Amino acid sequence: MANFVFKNHGKLERHSMLLLLFIILVVSVGGLVEITPLFFLESTIEKVDGMRPYTPLEVAGRDIYIREGCYLCHSAMIRPLRDEVERYGHYSLAAESMYDHPFQWGSKRTGPDLARVGGKYSDAWHRDHLINPRSLVPESIMPPYRFLAEKDLDYRDIKDKLKALKIVGVPYTQAEIDSATEDLKAQANPNESPTKLKAHYGDKLNIRDFGGGSDRITEMDALIAYLQMQGTLVDFTTYKADAPANRR
Amino acid sequence: MAPPQESCVKLGKSLSTTPSTGRAPAAVGTGGAPVLLLVSVLGALLATVATVLSQDPLFQFQGAIFIIGFVAAAAILVGGLASGGFKQDSSRYSDNVIKAGVIATLFWGAAGMLVGVIIASQLTWPRIFYFPEFGFLNFGRLRPLHTSAVIFAFGGNALIATSFWVVQRTCKAKLFGGMLPWFVFWGYQLFILLAGLGYLVGITQGQEYAEPEWLTDLWLTIVWVCYLLVFLGTIWKRKEPHIYVANWFYLSFIITIAILHIFNNLAMPVSFLNHKSYELWSGVQSAMVQWWYGHNAVGFLLTAGFLGMMYYFIPKRAERPVYSYRLSIVHFWALIFIYIWAGPHHLHYTALPQWTQTLGMTFSIMLWMPSWGGMINGLMTLSGAWDKLRTDPVIRMFVVSLAFYGMSTFEGPVMSIRTVNALSHYTDWGIGHVHSGALGWVGFVSFGSIYCMVPWLWKKDRMYSDRLIEWHFWIATTGILLYITAMWVSGIMEGLMWRAYTPDGFLAYSFIETVAAKHIEYMVRTLGGLMYLSGALIMIYNVIRTVGMPSSVSVNHPADAVPAGLAIAGE
Repeated sequence: MANFVFKNHGKLERHSMLLLLFIILVVSVGGLVEITPLFFLESTIEKVDGMRPYTPLEVAGRDIYIREGCYLCHSAMIRPLRDEVERYGHYSLAAESMYDHPFQWGSKRTGPDLARVGGKYSDAWHRDHLINPRSLVPESIMPPYRFLAEKDLDYRDIKDKLKALKIVGVPYTQAEIDSATEDLKAQANPNESPTKLKAHYGDKLNIRDFGGGSDRITEMDALIAYLQMQGTLVDFTTYKADAPANRR
Repeated sequence: MAPPQESCVKLGKSLSTTPSTGRAPAAVGTGGAPVLLLVSVLGALLATVATVLSQDPLFQFQGAIFIIGFVAAAAILVGGLASGGFKQDSSRYSDNVIKAGVIATLFWGAAGMLVGVIIASQLTWPRIFYFPEFGFLNFGRLRPLHTSAVIFAFGGNALIATSFWVVQRTCKAKLFGGMLPWFVFWGYQLFILLAGLGYLVGITQGQEYAEPEWLTDLWLTIVWVCYLLVFLGTIWKRKEPHIYVANWFYLSFIITIAILHIFNNLAMPVSFLNHKSYELWSGVQSAMVQWWYGHNAVGFLLTAGFLGMMYYFIPKRAERPVYSYRLSIVHFWALIFIYIWAGPHHLHYTALPQWTQTLGMTFSIMLWMPSWGGMINGLMTLSGAWDKLRTDPVIRMFVVSLAFYGMSTFEGPVMSIRTVNALSHYTDWGIGHVHSGALGWVGFVSFGSIYCMVPWLWKKDRMYSDRLIEWHFWIATTGILLYITAMWVSGIMEGLMWRAYTPDGFLAYSFIETVAAKHIEYMVRTLGGLMYLSGALIMIYNVIRTVGMPSSVSVNHPADAVPAGLAIAGE
């Protein structure tokens, strides 16, 4: 075997396209074996109750979360380890990020995990903390985000965003896409009728001004709307972690 | 790999008056400059139309960078064509593009390291280094700027420049494609500007080490395909029957990065006049594809590519042949086969299915062997030349880079073991690990190679000052040691604090207590980074002084001439 390899390796060294072809073949194997089954094995994503696509306001907020690079310091993936579950809550399920294009699990925990931050703090706390983290947590090393509270949310393209998300697989209906702008405004402004919004996204919704007043929608409102729903969708009373279907 | 021999010298002189007849005629005339001019003009027009039509300010920002880039290129091309420039001398190696690459490498290296020192300072002294009125200077925007600047701008330029040098010398052929290498060089700088300035204004797709958005990704794809074409084309023109081992590594780096880049960046733009896109994959599949990409950006850009550099410059500098041809075959194929599998170790205990995690861990541990194969082959190449360690600071730099390569490719498999990873994941230990690889291995092997190439490129006997290389070496080495020990301490400490319990069974520490505990280590890390940056600045000064020295050899330097017709031993 060894002799065969060393005797014939010269062929690869003399033919660049053969060498190139062999390299492509050799580097393809690992990816094919590890990645492709994830799209076909049903066990990859658990069956859960409560997951829904993001509302338009949450989509806008998530885009700000990505834009500001929050994932670089905050993980959003609670591991099934005793201390993490006690500190942050139930470990994260694959189903909880099934509509995340791309995923935002993060790789570094310079700040605490945010996978279940939703509902843990008030809107006012988030607002004050984002504006000046050290006003609430003196030892914090987080950057200040005052400018988010001063900048109006630009949601002219929210319809296009939902349309693009539908193309990559998020199950938005045509009605949801058509009324994306209205739904966004309805969630951030308690004075508007939430009937349509609720018809589209169900009852598990935070509908309020997120501390920024109802006269305008700022980038911070959208970001807080996203943070306040993080990890709150799945109904863990009906989720059986020990069920054979959920063992992975 | 002996220096050019006498026959080669004579050949070079004769070639400068009578170009070889055996060479491809593609390289005569203007080298395709009119084609590039056409591309630039069309590009500028397209960018202008798109910028005017778009309503998205961030898309318009990208459009403006494209317009400036294309117009500048067109102006330079017109000026050059009008003054009869771009005459291709097919008897000479294309070295000017390599000179530009060396300058770009040094510039982006210093810039990227400076941003690193700034963000390290932000984490150490947040009250001083954050500016509420300048949100674009927040950590979240500067961190991708730092990683992209050092990995893609510094590392990428170092790889492009050295690969252009190595492929020409080991194939005894001028770079393929006339002006195409210049397009690769400037196209790549445009990519860096699009990506880096983009992060500052908030253009990112939120995938680590793959932050540039769809438009920038498309541009990089075009540039990268041209890079592959230049590299392969030069190999096709080679006068040596065998493709030298360094070129296997460079080739695997170029082609695999292309594959990774394309599949990890498949995305649907919000509209074709909007900067934003959404990735094709979601959730757990998105995570797996991302770390398949992310880990192999390390494996192929930061490892295979730099091993290519190692396989040329270490034997050349030590004037010794590569230790083992057979070892290079075995570890090359094993390395590129196994690396691809290792990605899931970034996702231990996550929602990624356990079978994938286990596969990733298994291959990560196996990866230790081919990694050390490269280290051993490099170190043993110095057999019989170990005395140079005492006299030549550049050789010392190479040896230390291999030592750090060996250290971090041992540390990596250890950290990929699931139980170890339970402690190390999410902590500063990971940051320390990448920096022992990046500063120690990638940085030092690049510095060493540039110290070799600068006198060759600018026709000097030697670098301006060996003492300054000594200073660079010691300051940078001390800086790395401070950096990685600080991160070991803070990483292991915070990992242990997160999981510490009181005797009553409560969590012992609040999260913020674990942050506050790291302050001293963060100061040491900042100091280490600052020392490493200082070393790089010393190097830049040394290079500038070297370039300014009087040339010590005749203009017809034999090493520039493309030998033709004769098979010459060595090199």
